[in-house]
Amino acid sequence: MKDSHAHPGHGAGHDHGGPQSFWRKYVFSVDHKVIGIQYMITSFLFLLIGFGMISLMRYQLAWPSPPDDFDPEKLGMIRGTLAWLLGDRMEYGFMKPDFYNQLGAMHGTIMIFLGVVPLGVAAFGNFVVPLQIGAPDMAFPRLNMMSYWIYLVGGIVMLSSYFAPDGFPQSGWTSYAPLSVVAPPGQTIWCIAMIIIITSSLFGAINFIVTMLNMRCQGMSLGRMPVFCWAQLVTAVLLLVAFPVLEGGALLQLLDRVAGTSFYIPKDMMYGSTVFPAAGGGSPILWQHLFWFLAHPEVYVLLLPAMGVVSEIIATNTRKPLFGYKEIVGSMILIGVLSFVVWAHHMFLSGMRTSLANLFVTTTLTISVPSVAILTCLLLSLRGGAIRFNTPMLFALSFLPMFGIGGLTGLPLGFAPTDLHLHDTYYVIGHFHYVVAPGSLAALMGATYYWYPKMFGRRMNDTLGKIHFWMTIVPMNFIFFPMLFQGMHGMQRRLADPTLQWHNLPVQGWSVIMLFAVVTLAIGQIPFLFNFFWSLRNGEVVEENPWNSTTLEWACPSPPPHGNFLKEPVVFRGPYEYSVPGHKTDYLPQDEAA
Amino acid sequence: MSTAAATAAAAHGSQFDTNTGISHAKLGTWAFLASEIMLFGGLISAYVILRSGSSHMAIPPRALMGVPLATFNTFALITSSVTMVLALAAIKENDIPKFARYIGATIGGGCIFLVVKAYEYHHKWEEGITISSNLFGSFYYTLTGLHVLHVTGGILLMLFILITGLRGAYSPENHERVEAAGLYWHFVDLVWVILFPILYLL
Amino acid sequence: MIRENWGFDLWLPEPVSSYAGEIDWLMNLLHVVMVGIFVVWSIYFVYCLVAYRARDGQRGVYHQSGEKASFIPDGLILAFEMWLILAFGIPIWAAVKQGTPPPEDSLQVNLVAQQFAWNFQYPGPDGKFGRRDISLVSASNPIGLDDKDPDGKDDIVTINNLNVPVGKPTILNMTSKDVIHDFQVVNLRNKQDVVPGMHTRLWFTPEKTGKFEIGCAQLCGLGHTQMVGNVFVQTAEEFADWQKAQVAEKTGTADARDVAPTAEGRS
Repeated sequence: MKDSHAHPGHGAGHDHGGPQSFWRKYVFSVDHKVIGIQYMITSFLFLLIGFGMISLMRYQLAWPSPPDDFDPEKLGMIRGTLAWLLGDRMEYGFMKPDFYNQLGAMHGTIMIFLGVVPLGVAAFGNFVVPLQIGAPDMAFPRLNMMSYWIYLVGGIVMLSSYFAPDGFPQSGWTSYAPLSVVAPPGQTIWCIAMIIIITSSLFGAINFIVTMLNMRCQGMSLGRMPVFCWAQLVTAVLLLVAFPVLEGGALLQLLDRVAGTSFYIPKDMMYGSTVFPAAGGGSPILWQHLFWFLAHPEVYVLLLPAMGVVSEIIATNTRKPLFGYKEIVGSMILIGVLSFVVWAHHMFLSGMRTSLANLFVTTTLTISVPSVAILTCLLLSLRGGAIRFNTPMLFALSFLPMFGIGGLTGLPLGFAPTDLHLHDTYYVIGHFHYVVAPGSLAALMGATYYWYPKMFGRRMNDTLGKIHFWMTIVPMNFIFFPMLFQGMHGMQRRLADPTLQWHNLPVQGWSVIMLFAVVTLAIGQIPFLFNFFWSLRNGEVVEENPWNSTTLEWACPSPPPHGNFLKEPVVFRGPYEYSVPGHKTDYLPQDEAA
Repeated sequence: MSTAAATAAAAHGSQFDTNTGISHAKLGTWAFLASEIMLFGGLISAYVILRSGSSHMAIPPRALMGVPLATFNTFALITSSVTMVLALAAIKENDIPKFARYIGATIGGGCIFLVVKAYEYHHKWEEGITISSNLFGSFYYTLTGLHVLHVTGGILLMLFILITGLRGAYSPENHERVEAAGLYWHFVDLVWVILFPILYLL
Repeated sequence: MIRENWGFDLWLPEPVSSYAGEIDWLMNLLHVVMVGIFVVWSIYFVYCLVAYRARDGQRGVYHQSGEKASFIPDGLILAFEMWLILAFGIPIWAAVKQGTPPPEDSLQVNLVAQQFAWNFQYPGPDGKFGRRDISLVSASNPIGLDDKDPDGKDDIVTINNLNVPVGKPTILNMTSKDVIHDFQVVNLRNKQDVVPGMHTRLWFTPEKTGKFEIGCAQLCGLGHTQMVGNVFVQTAEEFADWQKAQVAEKTGTADARDVAPTAEGRS
């Protein structure tokens, strides 16, 4: 393969004889834009599946067990339908605990590894990064295509665990050993699917790093690279270095399950009424270390691309330079580095040496500082602006307070004495969902509205967008804020029926409220889905730069042709030169000659 | 050719018009190796920690481990790394037959490694050191097994390099793939140089 | 829709342990600061949205003053957090998790968790625990107590119910038979993973009597949600009576008929 470099008006180092077949152009394409859209559609599908699962779970949690006057012959419409659909996974329309655990494990796994990360990193990263750095494609286009198909295969394998005896994996997305080792066969498929998905991610990470380091156009120094690209670069390094450790850990779990090894099995462990047939001598805590060594940087993989998106949307829609570019980029790099030394804050109560806790509390509280820094810079970016409140900007703006709540609630969790009470409660669930749902996911919805015109040459309808916005952010708050109350009261995670424990009854009422919020949230996605597909044919047609933005992705046609730029761009300035005094318009694109 | 990259190329004395002056293939290989370091590193750390902490990891007696044979195997692999370096030097001199001989020797060294490993596995299994016999066995077969997979992949890669090289794909001006493959091979060798003492000697 | 004993509580449950007060104080301090930060931040945020909305003909500001100002919140937060760690984090963690009260002054109880029950072993009047052996584990002997061991003759084994005296430390020495569980009592503000192959510890000094619920706080299988127990904190006399009744019941002496265990103390 020839080394890729920009030919004027040409593709990435390869030539086509003539027009491509439908399959080559839209299905087995090596073009980063097609691959990005493939990732986008696929990850939206997985997000919907994950959302469906949690909706079933929240219905279960609202009324977890039959009331005293329950008549199993007379199920209501909803419960009756569920009983009919789900058969013996339900008992009189109430969820059996093993099915609840299956949905729980799959919701987490799907949303993180098949949903938000592919959307933030692979979909928008793939589509936008080469454009923003002025490159004709990624460094390794065929590897890029392989990454997508491996991801899809991994996702299908993961979902196929439904057909395993006893169904989906049911040991949590965290798959703690020894439970995960003795669990039914679906867990073996989890291990295999994770290894496949991780492989896809590693190929993608290599591609992003080489692309950003090697393929920036003339004048695009690292210091002029948009914040979104920096976020993707740090994210790619996190994936590259952290994922292999989980891959190794998952391999060990797989071997414990199928080859009789005892990496995670202690001596004389029981399984039911018999001694588990393994040599023993292993450590259950080893799994936790290997898992969280990845899974903590993973949460920054969930976060950083979203922060990058928010930075871009805010800069464009405040019509002024982003505040503190250097501080934001430096903070992202610092978050990346520190993310490797905080993992055991998930393990304060695991039985690991208690003196380690103080070290991890210190690193954990320290990592909050660069996050605060980024949030502060984004807030100060609003000062002195001329703020346009279009749909992407609404999502980007709401990210700030929502991530604020998520980040702040991390404080009592990272601080060991208060974590004593809050560990494994709904407070944790509320905390991380604030960061991931009205935080990252909302930002990525904003990214969809923002970059849709570049992808498809048409705008999405802004009115429908605003309806979608309000019907997403408001219900999300009614779902996740009450979780903080439930957790503060001590309600544990992963309970199929919390009402079996009387200490949870004082906060059970919130679960009913949360269910109605979930229904509203579900209905609120309809305008988005409709808008997405309707606008493909009926949206307002746009030219190159509908937002009057300065970054390079807006300096090519919408949608860009194969090879992206008709002529290799030359960059003269930084990415956020808005409202430059004396300039005739309020934006000065990076590639506009002086 | 992009001027920025050309400037960078001139500054680095490099022929590649990339911003760093390093070819995509080489930069990508280094990135890949970083992930491999973490893969083996994670597993090796697990072994080290469990071995120094756990009282249940009975180490087999030295005699059963077959140290002399494993030492020979280590030399075979190290030699194959040396022949790899010589193969790259041969390409830079445009001496294709010499290149082919040295790549062949590299492949040969890799194959010897695999054959000896197969014998070792068989012998140890017979002696009761199996993957499930105890924690040491589990780690031994997992670590060396993963390494064997990587050696096998490396041999296939070298075959590809040999065949494409014989077809004239490489020259003194164009040998990035050979160098990248060499990097991978040296890494696989390095992993063994770490595994050998921690599994056989200590 | 909302059943009669379901509530909308907002905050912490009743504190019962000696260290709950400190932890609650910290929890409240943290949240006051968090809410304070959020409110101040949000006011400024909303102010910006209103004051700096786009108006016809008006541009944004290009040169922004106060570039270094953004480091002030960073520094303040860092300082606050370091103070928290030094003033509260290290001492409280040391007291609750790293230290244990002297065994002579405490009630020692062994906990053997399993899917899906909590098995408690008391040493009985002789103060010594009987030997446990995994090969002796059976349905009627969940902890595998060796009945040939003289120390174990007076051991009390209860399932899911933990009776403890008020005002005196109880030290739980814990392990699991199978998977990881987590012993949690929300009123104590403490919990601890119970890990197979390891011994972990949790101590507490309850300061009021009553019944408090034990829950499992680590997913342990399909019975996780049903793995429930109770802590009965009793006065010294009640506890002594309970213990006597348990021993009597086990050894089948006449004393069992003299001392009627209270409804609360029955296991």
